[in-house]
Amino acid sequence: MADDAAKSGGLEFHPMDQFNIKDVFGGAEISWYTITNASVWMGLAIVAVVALMVLTTSKRAIVPSRGQSVAELAYGFVYKMVEDVTGKDGLVFFPYIMTLFMFIVCANFLGLIPGSFTPTSHFAVTVVLAMAVFLTVTILGFVKNGAKFLGLFWVASAPLALRPVLAIIEIISYFVRPVSHSIRLAGNVMAGHAVIKVFAGFAAIAVVSPVAILGITAMYALEILVSFIQAYVFTILTCVYLKDALHPSH
Amino acid sequence: MATETHSAAEAAGPGMPQLDFSTWGNQIFWLVLTLIVIYFVLSRIALPRIASVLAERQGTISNDIAAAEDLKAKAQAAEVAYDKALVDARAEAQKIVAETKAGIQADLDAAIEKADAQIAVKAAEGEKVIADIRANALNSVKVVAKDTAKEIVTAMGGKADAKSITAAVTARMKG
Repeated sequence: MADDAAKSGGLEFHPMDQFNIKDVFGGAEISWYTITNASVWMGLAIVAVVALMVLTTSKRAIVPSRGQSVAELAYGFVYKMVEDVTGKDGLVFFPYIMTLFMFIVCANFLGLIPGSFTPTSHFAVTVVLAMAVFLTVTILGFVKNGAKFLGLFWVASAPLALRPVLAIIEIISYFVRPVSHSIRLAGNVMAGHAVIKVFAGFAAIAVVSPVAILGITAMYALEILVSFIQAYVFTILTCVYLKDALHPSH
Repeated sequence: MATETHSAAEAAGPGMPQLDFSTWGNQIFWLVLTLIVIYFVLSRIALPRIASVLAERQGTISNDIAAAEDLKAKAQAAEVAYDKALVDARAEAQKIVAETKAGIQADLDAAIEKADAQIAVKAAEGEKVIADIRANALNSVKVVAKDTAKEIVTAMGGKADAKSITAAVTARMKG
C-alpha cells in the first residue's frame, strides 16, 4: 500500500491517524484525567447504553414499543448466553457480562459514525477488559474450588504419560487467553477502520475513486457485522472462561 | 501493515497510536469510570426493570392462558349440556311420534275392522241375492224345459205325462 501511495504521488495515507488520542480542548499534554476523544466517545457509549436500556424501558409496557423490544432482545440475548454456557450459578455475573457486552457493542457501533473515535480499537481498553475477565475468572476459580481449580490443567481423561505435557500446554493456553481475548477485539476493529481509511485515500484518484467508494461501502457493511460479532465473541468467551472457573472439570 | 512505517515517520511516537503507552493511563482511567457507570446503570435500573417487565408479561400471558382454558372448559360444558338437551328433545319427539303413530294405528285398525264387517255383511247380502237369483233361474229353466219337453213330446204325437217329464228333466239337469 505504501508503494502504491508513493507511485501515485501527492496521495496522503494516514490510516492510523484516526486512532490518535487527543485532548478535546487542544492541550498537548495528556495526563490521566485529561478529557480526550477517547473519554468523549466512552461517555457517548454510556449515553447510548442509557438511551437503549433505560429510556426505552421507562414505560414498562406489557406490549413493548420498538425501543423496548430492542432492550429486551439485548437482555434476553446475553441472559440466555450466560445461562446456556455457564449454567444457573453463572447468572450472578450476568450484570457484569451485560456491562461488557453493552459497552463493546455501543462503542463499536458509535465508532462506525464517520469521523468518530472507537475506544475498542485501542489495546489499552481491550487489555483492561480482558484482564478484568482473566483476573475475575482466576480469583473466582480459586475461591470457589480451591486447589481443585488446578484440575483444569490436569487432563484426567488423557493417558498418564501425556498429562504433564498437556498440563504445560493447558497452562500456556490459559495465560494466552487474555492476550488473544484483547487483541482479537482491538485488532478486528482497528484493521477494519484502517482499511476503510486506505480506501478513502484511494478515492482521491478520479480513475479509481468509484472502486474505492464501492470498497468503502463494502468494508462498512462488513464492519457493521464485525462490530456485533466481535462484541458477541468477546462476551461468549467471557462466559466460557467463567464456566471454567465455576466447573473446572473438563 | 505497510502503512505503519508511513505513519511512524509522521508521528513522533511509536507507529501505532495503540502502542503509545503514554495515553494508556488516561484511557484506562476513563474506561474504568465508564464501566462502573454502565455497571451501575444496568444493575440498579435497567436490568431489574427489564426483568420485572418480562416477569410481568410472563405472568400476564399465563393468566390469560389460564382464563382461556377456563372459558374453554365452560364452553365445553355448555356444549355437553346442549348435546344432552338435543338428545333429550329428540327422544321426547320420537316418543311423541311413536305414541301418535300408535293412536293413529289403533283408530285405523278399528275403522278397518268396522269397514271389513260392513263389507262382510254387504257381501253376504249380495251372495244371498245371487243365490236367490240363481235358484230362480234354475226353476225358470226347469219350467221352461218341462214346457218345452211337453210341447216337443206332444208335437211328436205322444201323450206327455207331466210326472215322467218332470223326472226326466230333473235327471238331465243334474248331469
